[in-house]
Amino acid sequence: MTEALLQLEHVFQSYGAGVRRFTAVENVNLNLSVGEFVALLGPSGCGKSTLLRIIAGLQKATQGKVLYRGQQLEGVNPHTSIIFQTFALFPWLTVLENVSLALKAKGVEKHERDKKAEDLLDRVGLDGFESAYPRELSGGMRQKVGFARAMAVEPELLCMDEPFSALDVLSAESLRGELLELWTEGKIPTKAILMVSHNIEEAVFLADRIVVMDKEPGRIIAEHKIDLPHPRNRKSVEFQNHVDQVYAVLAGQTRPEKEELGTAPGEVGITRHLPEVEISDLAGLLENLAEGGNQKHDIYLLEDKLGITSDQLLKLTEAAELLGFSSIAKGDIELTALGQAFADASILARKEIFASCVRRIPLMRWLLSMLHSAEDRRLKIEVILTALSLDFSTEEAEKQIEVLIKWGRYGELFVYDDDQEMIELEEGR
Amino acid sequence: MTQNTRVFGTSQNSRKPLTWGDIIALSLVIALLYVGARLAVNAPEVVPGPDISLSPSALPIYTLFSVGRMAAAYLLSFLFSIIYGRVAAYHQNAEKILMPLLDVLQSVPILSFLPVVLLSLSSFLPEGTAAEIASIVLIFTSQAWNITFAWYQSLTTIPKELKEASSIFRLNKWINFKALELPFGMISLIWNSMMSWAGGWFFLMAAEIFTVGSRDFRLPGLGAYLQEAANQSNHVAIFLGTGVLIFTVVLLDQLIWRPLIAWSDRFKVEMVENDNPPTSWFLDLMHNANITRIISNRIFAPLTEWFDRLTIKHAPPVSRLENGKNQLKWYVIVFSIIVFALISYGLYHATEMLLSVPVQKWGVIGLGVTATFLRVIVALLIALAWTIPVGVLIGTNRPLATVLQPIVQVTASVPATALFPVLLLLFLNAQGGLNTAAVLLMLMGTQWYLLFNVIAGASAIPQDLIFTSKLMGLSGWQRWRTLLLPAIFPYLVTGAITASGGAWNASIVAEYQKFGEKTHTVTGIGSLIAQATASGDYPLLLAGTLAMIITVVVVNRVIWRRLYRLAEEKYRME
Repeated sequence: MTEALLQLEHVFQSYGAGVRRFTAVENVNLNLSVGEFVALLGPSGCGKSTLLRIIAGLQKATQGKVLYRGQQLEGVNPHTSIIFQTFALFPWLTVLENVSLALKAKGVEKHERDKKAEDLLDRVGLDGFESAYPRELSGGMRQKVGFARAMAVEPELLCMDEPFSALDVLSAESLRGELLELWTEGKIPTKAILMVSHNIEEAVFLADRIVVMDKEPGRIIAEHKIDLPHPRNRKSVEFQNHVDQVYAVLAGQTRPEKEELGTAPGEVGITRHLPEVEISDLAGLLENLAEGGNQKHDIYLLEDKLGITSDQLLKLTEAAELLGFSSIAKGDIELTALGQAFADASILARKEIFASCVRRIPLMRWLLSMLHSAEDRRLKIEVILTALSLDFSTEEAEKQIEVLIKWGRYGELFVYDDDQEMIELEEGR
Repeated sequence: MTQNTRVFGTSQNSRKPLTWGDIIALSLVIALLYVGARLAVNAPEVVPGPDISLSPSALPIYTLFSVGRMAAAYLLSFLFSIIYGRVAAYHQNAEKILMPLLDVLQSVPILSFLPVVLLSLSSFLPEGTAAEIASIVLIFTSQAWNITFAWYQSLTTIPKELKEASSIFRLNKWINFKALELPFGMISLIWNSMMSWAGGWFFLMAAEIFTVGSRDFRLPGLGAYLQEAANQSNHVAIFLGTGVLIFTVVLLDQLIWRPLIAWSDRFKVEMVENDNPPTSWFLDLMHNANITRIISNRIFAPLTEWFDRLTIKHAPPVSRLENGKNQLKWYVIVFSIIVFALISYGLYHATEMLLSVPVQKWGVIGLGVTATFLRVIVALLIALAWTIPVGVLIGTNRPLATVLQPIVQVTASVPATALFPVLLLLFLNAQGGLNTAAVLLMLMGTQWYLLFNVIAGASAIPQDLIFTSKLMGLSGWQRWRTLLLPAIFPYLVTGAITASGGAWNASIVAEYQKFGEKTHTVTGIGSLIAQATASGDYPLLLAGTLAMIITVVVVNRVIWRRLYRLAEEKYRME
């Protein structure tokens, strides 16, 4: 029986109040045991970073219990530390001062804390850089300082918030290896690691267990155990199978059209968010899928082929699915006849196809009908924003409008005047 | 981040011209003014004023007096800013009142307070002390707001992850202030302090030479020395006084502000090395001196270490939780009720006092505001007419800039008010002399803001755009219209906002002057306020000051803020 370290029980996190209440995290139950390396995986906006902050005690959950070693957590958890995506180093302090500051706050004397900080910097391979300022270091070295600082307070639970996503590919890879070495060989006193990631391969490479989350609202949809021994071989069949399985969970299934598209704002049912993608990227994906005739493609293989992150890829496949260009099942993606036609079409014909597809999406249909009934067939952005904010948070509503404008402009459904912040229907539409 | 982008900021992005916060803030100002005007009734009829010696041997002590007033006011401003900014940044309820208040205070012509403050203080303090305190209060009010604003802005823009790092590593309030808040705000604090300090001279000189009717509120200092010298047409003393003033300003710049700026470069947040970091010979000198090293290693370091550990022992880390609701404490509610009651009381009596102002006087006030407004516009137009071409020329021409920048900086560092008596000496006997002198004073006080901003704007134009416009064969007016004017527009607006504020301030000193034994006035709100002060017409004083404040606030909201927003949204090159 493993020793429980952390338990989340029915945790909710919501913002705002009344009609404009938005749930960021819904009913999350999660256990973390001693000796575990758990990865929280999901698309952006699924609340995984929020969950990490609730666990570290930086944020108080609106509802539910957070238990650390059986005790209800009050305030910042003194047994955790965080490695941040942006490193969060103090730029005006030297490398040594950055690490030693964490010790100073614990009341360690100057001589002792400098010694300890130097020792930690040695261990992550930064000896000789003690008096350098963070801006003089490369991204990978900065994150090493972040590691050393997090280790300095000897946390039982180490939280990592996308620690490798701001690094270049090579630095990220070598840092992952070094982290694994410290962890698997027990060189650090840490009892458990919780990592937030949106990179599926990375999670499969590092973690013992992957907790998969989805958005709208943020919730846990699956757990996936990985029992491969370290070091793991990315090229092995077992490894690839795990990646494929996680992709299958995250990319979901193409459902019947009505369910897939959701409903328009104001109607009963859930209004589907439009994924933020560039049309040119979408076209790139479709062209790629169309290459070599119509066939099924493993989604996880596309990541390398297109040279994009899993997060970007999932947004693209979501958009393609929503527009009816492709269908997804069991981690495989396939072009529809429409998608095939789009990929083969000329620039102008593509616009035509796109326009007809995008008009089917309830959110766009709703916007167009609003424009139709408006005086002079034009509307202020503000008006649309107000209408949308019944279904979305203000921030999200702004994003959705941006996507709507981008898509509508491409399909030549309407024109947008940035000076006046006004959308106007194109002639004859 | 140049200094220019930080000089002016509107805290409220609200598109309404007036918000509730504004109304409360204005009410507070009115209530305070009423209390001042009420107290002023008891001010002594005659204030004899100090004897100002024109002997060169008096100059060092006058310089010390002037610098001392500046230092006292600056220290006050700094402390005020740190506290006010923190309260506004960390308490949402307080923020709703404090930020609009700051915004109103920032746009109010501060010199218009001078008569009220002087009279009310002299009603219960000895004249010398009253004038000293009034000058410090005045300089304080000219320095504090932008420093506070910069500090507040930097506190609210500290990246979330740095704040979280501070919480997760359990820094207590003091260490958090020392290791995160202060360093993060350091650059903008220092830039704004430097700007404030430069602006402070203008108000110090104005305060040192203030005289109305039989009340002589002058203070022994460099400003009074220059004024006395001009009064007596003593050319040697004018020359000496100006020389010492320039020397002092430049010396302080070299020994304090430049080193501070160079030193603060380490606090920049950008994670890239600066190709061209600011330098200071004095800082290098101090850096290499053994004595500074010994002081810092042997005395300073152990002392701060001891103090830090003391705070760690006694002040545990605050585990700030987000989403924690700000609960209203009972004493906050009691305090708010008291303040509210006092404001209502002040407003009630202020209205009573204002109602006692006869109708035709309001007409005079309207005329005065219009006349001053016209002067401000003329001064601004003249300033625009010469600073745009010259600024663009300097900004786009590097060799020229290296030669002219220092000269412009030294010229600009002379506070315009100090030279006003000299201007009077030159113009007073000519036709419409005071009118010309008044516009000139406004011009002198304002043109530099514009010039610096135009230079900054022109030198920020990307080379690519300059090349492109050359390739397209744009020249003359076309080049101005499509490239230069749009590119410098945001900078121009920023400069013009500060400049027009300065011009309004100048009107208080410029429109009413006692020169020798004769008093000279022109029509204008500044002279109206001064005359009301001289004749002891306190309702008129209150009405005039209020009219001026409200005009300036409204002009700011209706014209400048719109232009500023337009500049931000459309012409910002980022």
